[in-house]
Amino acid sequence: MIKINGEVKNLDNCNLLEYIKANGYKLEVIAVELNGNIIKKSDFANITLKDGDSVEIVSFVGGG
Amino acid sequence: MQEDKLVIGGREFDSRFILGSGKFSLKFMQSVIENAQVEMVTVALRRANIGGGNNILDYIPKNITLLPNTSGARNAEEAVRIARLAREVGCGDFVKLEIIGDSKYLLPNNSETIKATEILAKEGFIVMPYMYPDLYAARDLVACGAAAVMPLAAPIGTNKGLSTKDFIKILVDEIDLPIIVDAGIGRPSQACEAMEMGVSAIMANTAIATAGNVDMMAKAFKNAIIAGRQAYSAGLGRVLDNKAEASSPLTGFLED
Repeated sequence: MIKINGEVKNLDNCNLLEYIKANGYKLEVIAVELNGNIIKKSDFANITLKDGDSVEIVSFVGGG
Repeated sequence: MQEDKLVIGGREFDSRFILGSGKFSLKFMQSVIENAQVEMVTVALRRANIGGGNNILDYIPKNITLLPNTSGARNAEEAVRIARLAREVGCGDFVKLEIIGDSKYLLPNNSETIKATEILAKEGFIVMPYMYPDLYAARDLVACGAAAVMPLAAPIGTNKGLSTKDFIKILVDEIDLPIIVDAGIGRPSQACEAMEMGVSAIMANTAIATAGNVDMMAKAFKNAIIAGRQAYSAGLGRVLDNKAEASSPLTGFLED
């Protein structure tokens, strides 16, 4: 079980970069946290998501 | 004439108007930025939507300095986490530190803000803390490495104007950093009044986003902020109490 942006996903041994691309996130406008640690964009390809992982994928929105 | 630049964290700005990008329809963003002639725009960080979709960065010209805020943070730890993530998106080191523990009045928590400023400044962020205008807190922010101090004029989103005027003036007089009035400014005249008393810049969002014509209001704010700055730079004329002074010569020939 892997949690991504608060939602439980049934993924197994999923590569982080592949997940991001497959779900249409634009690399140049996001930042990613894995289990509370920021992951550099250059490291996405080296990360395999495993059971129990929690991922946050964030980007900018309007705000004052 | 000497150039009158606003300098924050070593970066120079010609505009003294910072625009908040909340509450706008994205399609208006670019024209509001152009009418406001701002060089810095705030953004917030949220969970990204699957599929990408419309991203606000597509609507903000590339020459604009982005000022990510830490809205949603309730303490220093959460604000530091948001700031680090915002920097990781890759739009620079500026951060508008905003730590709010009270959901009714949305007032900033100065002590948590001081803690987060110290951590982020050490990590190389250009920290612009939103704060309640308190002299001791402002001094602590300076000591912790803030690049500017952003006191509120009135609670966020109220458009109530310069409720804290006297206390902001104290910061203008005593703090050797740009003082940027943030939150509560509702009218161009209020922005102008703050600039006349020597604040370095104005940040506004709701006043423009909730106006009848957002482009026209953006321009009105731009003009008011320029007028206020020019009045401050010129030095305001003096005030007389309990008497008057003629502006025209009183020759008295009608009486002779």
